[in-house]
Amino acid sequence: MSVVVANNIRKSFGPLEVLKGVSLDVRGGEVVALIGRSGSGKSTFLRCLNGLETVDGGDISVAGHAMSRNPAALRKLRRDVGIVFQSYNLFPHLTAGENIMLAPVQVKGESKAAAREEALRCLTMVGLGDRFDTYPDMLSGGQQQRIAIARSLAMQPKVLLFDEVTSALDPELTGEVLAVIENLARQGMTMLLVTHEMGFARRVANRTIFMKDGIIHEEGPSAEFFANPKTPELAAFLRSEIG
Amino acid sequence: MRTFGTNEFLFIVYALQWTITLTAIAFVGGGVVGICLALLRISSRRLLRVITSGYMQFVQGLPLLILMFVCYYAPSLFGLEVSAIAAAAIALTINSSAFLGAIWESALRAIPKAQWESADALAMTPYKTLRFVIAPQAIRLALPSTVGFLVQVIKQTSIASIIGFVEITRAGQLVSNATFEPLKTFLAVAALYFALCFPLTQISLWLERRAARRGSRA
Repeated sequence: MSVVVANNIRKSFGPLEVLKGVSLDVRGGEVVALIGRSGSGKSTFLRCLNGLETVDGGDISVAGHAMSRNPAALRKLRRDVGIVFQSYNLFPHLTAGENIMLAPVQVKGESKAAAREEALRCLTMVGLGDRFDTYPDMLSGGQQQRIAIARSLAMQPKVLLFDEVTSALDPELTGEVLAVIENLARQGMTMLLVTHEMGFARRVANRTIFMKDGIIHEEGPSAEFFANPKTPELAAFLRSEIG
Repeated sequence: MRTFGTNEFLFIVYALQWTITLTAIAFVGGGVVGICLALLRISSRRLLRVITSGYMQFVQGLPLLILMFVCYYAPSLFGLEVSAIAAAAIALTINSSAFLGAIWESALRAIPKAQWESADALAMTPYKTLRFVIAPQAIRLALPSTVGFLVQVIKQTSIASIIGFVEITRAGQLVSNATFEPLKTFLAVAALYFALCFPLTQISLWLERRAARRGSRA
């Protein structure tokens, strides 16, 4: 069953057309990696999927919700879609635990006790069960990012979006975040990730998509995609990324 | 002829309650209106932002003294009699609202867009985002300058003496007129202002240092 369906998405920023008709279908349990140079439109496309960017053309349906500009309908869709950002964007005035509990209590109306239990479960899942009462600025970038993942997980999303979540991290901290994502993949979480980690995409993603100039230039099952790129542009991109 | 003695000093001290009352009214009234102004300034509707900005700039460009005259004399055009304290309270409220609105607007704007965005992505409503994510951070940012502005309000209440409201400056004028000892009298008045303001400036400085130390943490 398809969890994410995007049909011919178009998006411009002023005169600049960033997405020129992107279509994508992601099935439940699938892990899809989006790669490409900066400016290729991959992050913009990802942000369209939970309405952080409005689209100029095409339709999107996520977890059975049609994309809408109506605020209430959009919130319904967002309940089922988690997103993790490059810069973590934790709430700095709240502890790790409070960051995670906030949306379940305020959006889903869960009791504090139930939300606390769930938050602790999510923190344990990302390996930070002992950091419930720690403020974000006392944690490393990798730990903050894992808490951001836990915050998304606590809403029990049907799909998780990752927007270059390791790009701001030192190499040694990247590993701990990727390990969490890989673990989620093993548990069957549907995920879309914009990433520069080619090795990770190849190993964890079922399918990889190469975006160039606002369109999907090439896509395929990851093993095949990385081993035998069909277009010279992808081959050149992979050479430059892997070095 | 009277000289400046204990009784004269106590007369001024007695008027301190009116300085404090006027400050409290202006600060609370200005605060309530100021919150509304700050929120209107970050509204998504352009028209509301423009109107609010117009009001704030108009008031900020108006001397408080003139504002107080207008509040005191204008109602009589419509046959209404306004007491000095009411006119002073209204003028100070209008004045404080524009400045507090500006302080709080800039605090709200200082919170990164990414904070709104992550709350949006968690399906939070704009109201809850403001209440649980943005406001707590903005309040911490704005606290030192808000307390600093309170000191300004205390000193601005002295302008109410012009329309005959007996707070400590007006009490000082009365004593000075009776004793012909303006220097002693107004030094006493100054000492009272200082006694009110000094602790507040210390608190403001302490809040600033604390904010610098803790960043945006609780």
